[in-house]
Amino acid sequence: MNIIVCIKQVPGTTEVKIDPQKNTLIREGIKNIINPLDTYALEEGLKLKERYGGKVTALSMGPPQAVEALREAISMGIDEGILLSDAALAGSDTWATAYALAAAIKKLGQADLIICGRQTTDGDTGQVGPELAEILKLPIVTYVSKVEEIASGRMRVQRLIEEGHETIESPVPAVITVVKEINVPRLPSLRGMMKAKGATIPIWTIKELGIDPGMVGLAGSATKVVKLSYPQRTSQGELLKGELASQVETLLARLRDAGLLK
Amino acid sequence: MEYFLTEQQKMIKSLARKIAEEKILPVRARLDEAEEFPWDIMKALAEADLFRVFVPEQYEGLGGGIFELCLVVEEISRVCSAIAVSYAASALGTFILMDYGTEEQKKKYLPDTASGKKLAAFALTEPQAGSDAAAIKTTADKVPGGYVINGTKQFITNGGEAELYTVIALTDKTKGPRGASALLVEKGTPGFSFGRKEHKMGIRASSTRELIFKDCFVPEENLIGRAGMGFLLTMKLLDRSRPGIGAQALGIAQGAMEAAVDYTERRIQFGKPLIAQPVVQDIIGNMAAQIEAARALIYATARMIDSGVKNYTEQSAICKVFASDMAMQVTTDAVQICGGAGYMRDYPLEKMMRDAKITQIYEGSNQVLRNAIAIEVRKRKGRTV
Repeated sequence: MNIIVCIKQVPGTTEVKIDPQKNTLIREGIKNIINPLDTYALEEGLKLKERYGGKVTALSMGPPQAVEALREAISMGIDEGILLSDAALAGSDTWATAYALAAAIKKLGQADLIICGRQTTDGDTGQVGPELAEILKLPIVTYVSKVEEIASGRMRVQRLIEEGHETIESPVPAVITVVKEINVPRLPSLRGMMKAKGATIPIWTIKELGIDPGMVGLAGSATKVVKLSYPQRTSQGELLKGELASQVETLLARLRDAGLLK
Repeated sequence: MEYFLTEQQKMIKSLARKIAEEKILPVRARLDEAEEFPWDIMKALAEADLFRVFVPEQYEGLGGGIFELCLVVEEISRVCSAIAVSYAASALGTFILMDYGTEEQKKKYLPDTASGKKLAAFALTEPQAGSDAAAIKTTADKVPGGYVINGTKQFITNGGEAELYTVIALTDKTKGPRGASALLVEKGTPGFSFGRKEHKMGIRASSTRELIFKDCFVPEENLIGRAGMGFLLTMKLLDRSRPGIGAQALGIAQGAMEAAVDYTERRIQFGKPLIAQPVVQDIIGNMAAQIEAARALIYATARMIDSGVKNYTEQSAICKVFASDMAMQVTTDAVQICGGAGYMRDYPLEKMMRDAKITQIYEGSNQVLRNAIAIEVRKRKGRTV
């Protein structure tokens, strides 16, 4: 089975700074990691390879330093990593990103399954997976929490929903996005780390992808971030004081006043 | 301190730390409380290739030596030394085989211990033979095609969990220590069973058990080296493995200092953090100095052993004695400066203090080792070489 896992390198912190001109994240000077939810996608790719054989390729788009994320993927056991990197790709929104990833997937040839993390911890949109499926004209199942079986051109997966699981059957090739309930991502191995250190990671530019610069980057983005604002802190918590019994009385009275208790 | 590790050694150290912090830290208190053998963690160490670091490449290892073993043991001990000793005991159980085994023996057993699929153990101590190792009573009588083992081994680390045991037994009772031999015994061999599991003060997640041999037949090809070499091989083995105990003690002390620094930074008394009080600084400064001295000593000794020098009895004993006494002192001081919190099970320091004690006792008590050091010092008339 030929599996492609799309991963993104994200800042390893929740305290990101925003470029006020471009309204994009400032990535310089921050230790980068593989988007935590993408590590579940990598693990699932490795597990499916162990089950069905084949090859797992990790695909990423980002600045040149994103090769480190692909090296880390190789240290976990991924066979090959490919980075899409080009000045023309900078500033791509989710649609332009999906467009470039789709071009790379087509260039790679037949993929049986494309796995993405549910969303990234920096952009948090959760859109690249579905958009990728749309561009590639493939079925998509999001929030996958278990891959039950892939056989005879079909897959059966469980999808996490608010009150339980849906079991869905779909033809493959398909795109799935996975949730963290699906597995426990493995750590790198020493032999994997050594292999990763010496691995050649091809960097594909838009020329190699054969795509028009107008379709990617800021120019090809369907959305534009026009303004970023931070939420105002409008209410504050209140700490009740006094004897425990009187605190309970006060709390009950407040809850009744708010209509939360009868 | 810059120790000029190679790229591979840096990888080993960082990966061992990652596993310690991500997989071991969340469960160490529970494993200690429950005295539960950490199979999940052993599996994680195996998957990370850490059992390969001290095994030659031709047997599916990564070709490192004692230094690489020490780096892993130090990093794991920093978080939980019970797990580190379970890991290191597997090395101890295979070193005689690795150094003196035949090509066939090595090909048969080492790939599975290198992958971590099987754990190993070393069995010397008996109820009547501890520091006086020459007093062992377990016998291995020569019979056609092999040996029949009878006797009981005591306090065996990884006992019951390991698949492969290097057992020291007397193949010739009349010759005393010169009649001892090293034999490989696999778990499941008829006549080989396990006795009680010990309940310990520290390193409680590790397994310590009796091995019982009743007319246990092992074939001729399970003998390592020649008959009668067992005692000599044991002495050489322990010379080689002692820096690992030093590394265990070093890791415990490092972890204890970190926990003490974190706590004394947060704890405000007399209007400032404890760590800003000169009396506490005096203790922490001393801890840091002792820990770094131990590290420099252990790394230097491990590198010396790996370089292939012949005799390192003194240096390896010094490593173990210095680092273990240091760890006992550092963990005791760490508990002291953290006060009541240091003594409570909600904090890791009391465990580290309990864990540190064994490093002064096993693989040669510090008193016996000081005697051995003195004998070597006397040989060289106290002069540096």
